[in-house]
Amino acid sequence: MTRIASLLSAGVVCTAVLMVVVCWDGAPPRDKSHSERDVAAQSISSAPSGGPAHASAEAQRTVGETAHHAVVVRQPEGPPLIELAETDPQGRTGKVACSTCHSVRKPNLANRTSASLDEFHQGLTFNHGTLACYACHNPDQSDALRLADGSLVEYRDVMTLCSQCHAAQATAFRHGAHGGMNGHWDLSRGPQTKNNCIDCHDPHEPSYPKMIVGFKPRDRFLKDETTHDDHE
Amino acid sequence: MTTTNDSPPKGEDGRDRSLPVIANPSRRTAVKGAFATLGAAAFVAAVSPLRQAAERTSAAEFMQSHYKRLTDEDKRKIIERLEAEAKENHGVEVEIADDRPIPGTKFVYAINLSVCNGNGKCVEACHKENNHDRSTGQSYIRVLEMPKGTMDMEEGNTTYSGVVPKDDKFYLPVQCQQCDEPPCVDVCPVKATWKEEDGIVVVDYNWCIGCRYCEAACPYHARRFNWKQAEIPAEEINPDQSYLSNRLRPVGVVEKCTYCLHRTRRGKLPACLEACPTGARVFGNILDPDSNIRWILENKRVYILKEELGTKPAFFYYFD
Ligand code: SF4
Ligand code: SF4
Repeated sequence: MTRIASLLSAGVVCTAVLMVVVCWDGAPPRDKSHSERDVAAQSISSAPSGGPAHASAEAQRTVGETAHHAVVVRQPEGPPLIELAETDPQGRTGKVACSTCHSVRKPNLANRTSASLDEFHQGLTFNHGTLACYACHNPDQSDALRLADGSLVEYRDVMTLCSQCHAAQATAFRHGAHGGMNGHWDLSRGPQTKNNCIDCHDPHEPSYPKMIVGFKPRDRFLKDETTHDDHE
Repeated sequence: MTTTNDSPPKGEDGRDRSLPVIANPSRRTAVKGAFATLGAAAFVAAVSPLRQAAERTSAAEFMQSHYKRLTDEDKRKIIERLEAEAKENHGVEVEIADDRPIPGTKFVYAINLSVCNGNGKCVEACHKENNHDRSTGQSYIRVLEMPKGTMDMEEGNTTYSGVVPKDDKFYLPVQCQQCDEPPCVDVCPVKATWKEEDGIVVVDYNWCIGCRYCEAACPYHARRFNWKQAEIPAEEINPDQSYLSNRLRPVGVVEKCTYCLHRTRRGKLPACLEACPTGARVFGNILDPDSNIRWILENKRVYILKEELGTKPAFFYYFD
């Protein structure tokens, strides 16, 4: 009984969620045999791109008889903005879009490192294979990215770009076996939020950063271990 | 656990054979193991907190029946009493639910060892979520730093620190594996611990006599004994509790990971999974063919710990 009741209320919530999704692209309802994880995949490849002011995430859902909550993959809000180092005569700082400079500069398609740049982006660590800047950045529209076939992809949909090379990780991601998540395992009871590639991996230096161990229990098992520690 | 020591456990005679606890051979060896592990001195130490516990036991608590025999009305009264005790002893309003298994679920956990870097955020999350004693830093998870090339958890070291991951190591988080053949359940002389329909092995903290047989029987060192009453600043107590999981436990009883049943039986992910910054942890319902966990079992090479013991863990490890 309570389960039926909670399913019903889940349905109500879901309908409400759908109504507030402003960027729904009107794609045809997906085959209900698609599982939730396929839908998560859809969100990577075909999520509509909204304005930069749009919230960082957007709902995706299955269409089926049972009302389901959304698996929301976090997304960047839009193209990055560059903080200006200098202040203007009024002492104001500011942020500018990539296109502020790049629309008036000729792209150097061959460049692969920040070392050869004469101004700006100097000191940027780049450690992502031997990719050229314009392998991923878009020379014609600098506030967007480009796929391997030259087509434009928005910053919000950066996972589409990553997935071109990292297909194994993208597959694992679709099946919840790569990338962290929060919320509910049971989508009939509540939504789930999943990390975006760039939440954990800096695109210019993608290997997962080293960490420092913080919390350590002081239980008896550990104490015994400590006495043996110096034998190693 | 399967000890080669053939001498009979202390005090065994003809009559003992009728006791349920040694009725089948595997339980019998497990009991022997427990006796072998618990020397006489250890036994005295083991029961000493019980004396302390007895002094604090209220009449109502003492008369309380086994969880499985409680009626809804009994449970309501007990939970009311426990909530009042939390208010009185710790000054916090807690809410203790009686979360039952969701029909059609069997919980399974998996960890991607290629991704886990041993940072220990899960250990800390469990500590906070489950109202563990602050001074001992108790947690149901231990992360073992392992030499590469072995899955033998006895070779692991838990006291590593500093920058992780280290190049020649991998990291193996171990918590209760919610075994399908749980030796801990078999050895409990009073049936204070049992396996529920969704696979979670639980403890009735009010029925546990603190003999610690289960702790000795668990091959994964997953059980913890409450040597002292947990001390937690009132504002840090997690008020979101369940009778069979993270409510404030009395001193002198055994506890263990419950797959956060106060969260997971409400559809939420376990605390340790949410806290994992590397995304190494995967949790779900193995009965759901579309679940993440099923995909992992079908597409990855998975390992279980100490497979040869036949404990049948509901906990899997895999590499990319
Ligand atoms: S891991 Fe240990 S405590 Fe958990 S069910 Fe298995 S034997 Fe029992
Ligand atoms: S599932 Fe919950 S109880 Fe079990 S180790 Fe994780 S945080 Fe602790």
